[in-house]
Amino acid sequence: MAVTPPEQRIWWNEPIERVELVWIVIAFLWGLFMFGFMIAWHFIGQQNLSKEAYRTTPSAYEAKVDEFAKKFQVREEKGIPVVKPKPGADVYLLGRLWQWWPILELEKGVSYRIHLSSLDWQHGFSLQPTNINIQVHPGYEHVISLTPTESGEFGIICNEFCGIGHHTMTGKIYVTEQKRAEAEPRLAEGR
Amino acid sequence: MTAETVIGAVPAQAEFRTCQYTGLKVDTAAQALIKANAVAAVVFLAVGGLMGLLVALTRWPAVHLLPADWFYLILTGHGANVLLFWIIFFEIAVLYFASAILLNSRLAAPKLGWVGFVMMVVGAIATNVAVLQGDSSVMFTSYPPMKAQPHFYLGLILFAVGALIGCALFFATLVIAKEERTYEGSIPLVTFGALTAAIIAVFTIASGAIILIPTWLWSLGLISDIDPLMYKVVWWAMGHSSQQINVSAHVSLWYLTAALLVGAKPLSEKVSRTAFFMYILFLQLASAHHLLAEPGMDASWKIVNTSYMMYLAVLGSMVHGLTVPGAIEAAQRKNGYNRGVFEWLRKAPWGHPAFAGMFLSLVFFGFIGGISGVVLGTEQLNVLMHNTIYVPGHFHGTVVAGTTLAFMGATYLVLPLVFQREIVWPKLAKIQPYLFGIGAAGISLFMMGAGTLGVARRHWDMTFSDANLGFAHSAGAFLMMGLNGIFAIIAAIGGIIFVLVVVATAFFGEKITGGHKLTFPLHAGGGAAASHYGNEKAPKLPGTIILVALFFVCFVLYYFINWKYLSELWLFR
Repeated sequence: MAVTPPEQRIWWNEPIERVELVWIVIAFLWGLFMFGFMIAWHFIGQQNLSKEAYRTTPSAYEAKVDEFAKKFQVREEKGIPVVKPKPGADVYLLGRLWQWWPILELEKGVSYRIHLSSLDWQHGFSLQPTNINIQVHPGYEHVISLTPTESGEFGIICNEFCGIGHHTMTGKIYVTEQKRAEAEPRLAEGR
Repeated sequence: MTAETVIGAVPAQAEFRTCQYTGLKVDTAAQALIKANAVAAVVFLAVGGLMGLLVALTRWPAVHLLPADWFYLILTGHGANVLLFWIIFFEIAVLYFASAILLNSRLAAPKLGWVGFVMMVVGAIATNVAVLQGDSSVMFTSYPPMKAQPHFYLGLILFAVGALIGCALFFATLVIAKEERTYEGSIPLVTFGALTAAIIAVFTIASGAIILIPTWLWSLGLISDIDPLMYKVVWWAMGHSSQQINVSAHVSLWYLTAALLVGAKPLSEKVSRTAFFMYILFLQLASAHHLLAEPGMDASWKIVNTSYMMYLAVLGSMVHGLTVPGAIEAAQRKNGYNRGVFEWLRKAPWGHPAFAGMFLSLVFFGFIGGISGVVLGTEQLNVLMHNTIYVPGHFHGTVVAGTTLAFMGATYLVLPLVFQREIVWPKLAKIQPYLFGIGAAGISLFMMGAGTLGVARRHWDMTFSDANLGFAHSAGAFLMMGLNGIFAIIAAIGGIIFVLVVVATAFFGEKITGGHKLTFPLHAGGGAAASHYGNEKAPKLPGTIILVALFFVCFVLYYFINWKYLSELWLFR
């Protein structure tokens, strides 16, 4: 029994049950397939998280975001600048207690280099209802090439606990229908 | 027996009694330690479980019970009490049982065992005090730069060192048993499984020390800065691996329960032991799971750590997923339940709470916790559910519907065999694993569903009522969180019944004396009949093959459904 020593002292020479052997082979091959599929997705898929990241400091990052927001601000909403960067531009977004700043206005089908960092604690960038979730660290500037594929109004919520006001930490991204014809093939290629 | 007499005992003069059901020699010093650890485990389960109910009632949008500060405080306490204190106290009891009792040996240095126990109790209380004081609501993960009180970290460190002492006694007892020849041949499979758990525990606790000691010094102001990313890498070597101790421990208990209740023996020792061994080799790497959404991690590092190696550990679990029901089917067919494909399963002892707990744990751990764990740990798919409430959905499938349910089931064996008390209220005990299991499975599934719809974990208000920029989740997400609340109540009722039955039995259960017939009997043939099952004469196992095939189909379908979801997201690289 499983609670007594094996009755054959040399148990490692016992034959393996056929059903066990078949299952081990199936499970092993499935594991190999799943391993291979993640590698394959880097070639066939359009959703792979960037590894591009830089060390930064909260103050240096804040200065960059401020400069970016001033440069491209188009209006203001609830005291927060709404920023419409040029297509393909570097876009800066910061998380801090307790907001995502600034509000972004992007074009559908256009790729942007989105920079993410935190000014204080760890935060969770969670784009909703498009369910994209990325961890945001203080001291690390993460750069992601992001291409919106749908237009409308999207929420950014924080999904890493960051204190008592965590549930008020929201942000917004507007995606407008693209006007630039040259972006079309890139999107079509991505689909 | 009181604690004082045990502390006064010299190990060489260990006292033994003989178990009338299993014929095993029981070291009374080990027995006292098992009792103490099991009681402490249940106390922390009661506290942590109640906190869990409060969390679920707050996250039920229609109820929204607690204010925000209390919610985060209670959520921190919930994680520490159930995920660490309940489970590890119970595991220390399992280690003592699997070494001293199963090997007919005396326990090495029981006095030291009490020292470890006291350290664990003091540590657990210190951490609870820090949490309840209200300025250590940093969650189970306690990520810097968010800072807790020094005694929050110190409590965890003390608890871990105490647990390390328990592991050391386990290893020492194995050595003593071997030297004193208290058993023949190799150690039993259950002890082997416990050995893998103990080895993983040592690695885990070492990682915990490496990260928690500097964090503690940081909270005291002696270190100026803890890098949040470095903290995460090392912390998760403890955080995830500690859950692999649970897997090894509860799989061992599956084999134990199957052996005692239907006389099951492993289909082949070699396969089952290799599957345990794979946990040691590969499971720790799965810690990289938690770093898939972090900045700066390389894709090849993620793939190797979370997948290639991890799938060999998944293979280990998938093997147990066949060999455990396979061993039960083989035993039941030898027991005479040989008609049709599923008579062995229909006629299994479903009225025995240990069997019900064990089998439901097996099914839920595989179908809910296992499959979702692989999906969550897939490099790209992780972006879909990182830090959403899908994550607690997954680990409630592994740790609540899997480990906790298996431990509850095993408790119905511990009470008569170690406490020597007859279980009071057997009718309540019968339904308890079903209530708790269905409740736990429900909360797992509905949290996973809500997470797929984007609901965040560790979040007080999914309506974002005070936020400057509002956002509205879909109606489906609200429905899921409501159902989560309802199933949490079901699980809580099951949990309350468990605590009541265990406490009443431990204090007021009828004393079991010679010739006593158990209300929940062990396998009638006992160990002897079962040990004759030859490998080569093993019957065919059509029922197990169908169950395993069903599992595989669910796994493959769910895996590809998530890739489909992923392919519909915005493009990113």
